Amino acid sequence: MIDFGYTITKDRQLDYDRGDMRYYRLVQSLEPSVDVCMECGSCTATCSAGQFTEFNIRKAHTLIRRGNTESIKAELRKCMFCGKCQLVCPRGVNLRNLILAMNRAIELLG
Amino acid sequence: MKLEGKRLIWNEYQKEIADDNYFYVRSCVRQNFFPAAEKTFLRYMKEFGKNVFENPSHTTCSGIGYHSDIVPIETAMTMVARQFALMTESGYENFVTSCITSFGLYTEILDTWHHFPEIEEKIRVHLRNATGREFVKPKNLAHASDVTFKLRKEISKAGKYRLVNQNTGEPIRVVEHIGCHYSRMFPSKGVGGAEYPYVLVGMIEEWGGEVIDYPERRHCCGFGFRQYLIKANRGYSISASKKKFESMKPYKPELILTNCPGCPMFLDRWQYTISEMEGITYGEKGQGIPVLTYEELAGLILGYDPWDLGLQVHQVPVEPLLDKIGIPYDPERKFLDKDENSIGKPKSPSFLKFY
Repeated sequence: MIDFGYTITKDRQLDYDRGDMRYYRLVQSLEPSVDVCMECGSCTATCSAGQFTEFNIRKAHTLIRRGNTESIKAELRKCMFCGKCQLVCPRGVNLRNLILAMNRAIELLG
Repeated sequence: MKLEGKRLIWNEYQKEIADDNYFYVRSCVRQNFFPAAEKTFLRYMKEFGKNVFENPSHTTCSGIGYHSDIVPIETAMTMVARQFALMTESGYENFVTSCITSFGLYTEILDTWHHFPEIEEKIRVHLRNATGREFVKPKNLAHASDVTFKLRKEISKAGKYRLVNQNTGEPIRVVEHIGCHYSRMFPSKGVGGAEYPYVLVGMIEEWGGEVIDYPERRHCCGFGFRQYLIKANRGYSISASKKKFESMKPYKPELILTNCPGCPMFLDRWQYTISEMEGITYGEKGQGIPVLTYEELAGLILGYDPWDLGLQVHQVPVEPLLDKIGIPYDPERKFLDKDENSIGKPKSPSFLKFY
């Protein structure tokens, strides 16, 4: 390959037709409270793991909702299940179970 | 593609294009990129009995510098005023530009002068002080693709070839790409407006091809002036082109038709660059998608020799398209000049199929 001195930016456009929505449907069935999330980000702001790593629950939730699961597989393992996110969630989403449900979906669907 | 609604909208965007006696101004860069495109326009205009006049004293409109933020608008306006003065001195009132950015700049300046007559007066003083010239504003301003659009039926009638695959009888699938400065700034100044520009679609349909509608159809080619002119920014330019290629690829286009100086340059050359950077090609069997200007396509339809049209300097080989339409060409003459001397042969690319 030739290096011309510049690079091609990876397209960040979301193509919903290419997303694998099986993961989100399974997560929904395992933790139905996920549907009331309004993506305020309070969970991420208070996250213990997020203080020390790149872990971001809001982003993980958004990506799985869009059917883009590749980048979150390793991320989900960083959660310590401290439950602070659940305490601050204004919608009462069961976030610890949501993380477990996401892990379970990835375990089952690969 | 559902055409009914679009046809209704296209009907609302019909611009006035002069019938004859055009004052023609060339592009700064097109003769380097696609050397015979402008010459071909003049050739078929002459064959159709149209009077096109060129004044050898005309210069750049300075649009390329204006859009690169190195030429101030007052300077650009004074240079444009000088072009109008040359038109006036030559006795013409229908102004035709070869370049889309020039067309956009002329339109922008005429509109500015319409709303702010004091600026026009100031520019008239600048021009008088600098050159002693006076000017009358053009009665009709058109891009050369508008004029070709107006002649599309005559070209079709006089044409030797149609945009039809001679082996299958199917129409050639064509992507049309309009330069950003054609009608995005002033939709009413372009045939078909900004959302449904009809200028190239009209030619493709008239000459027998099928227009492809695809998600990124109205996305910029990526030239963007500073995006390309500054080498470190070229990643923005090539990424924009790649976005278009990825979007059009599933529709299997056989030709990209353009009406801007930058678009054919980048949609053609970046296919080679992407292939060398990532090993990806967008045409059939490792080929690229041929990219033509509307003058070159009109020339092919009229039966001009492909090598007289300068198609040998395209980065993406055009031979697969010529074979499909059934246009004869002599491979031995591809890299010969008009005196039959060799113009040199480029190196074969690593991935893009070369002929």
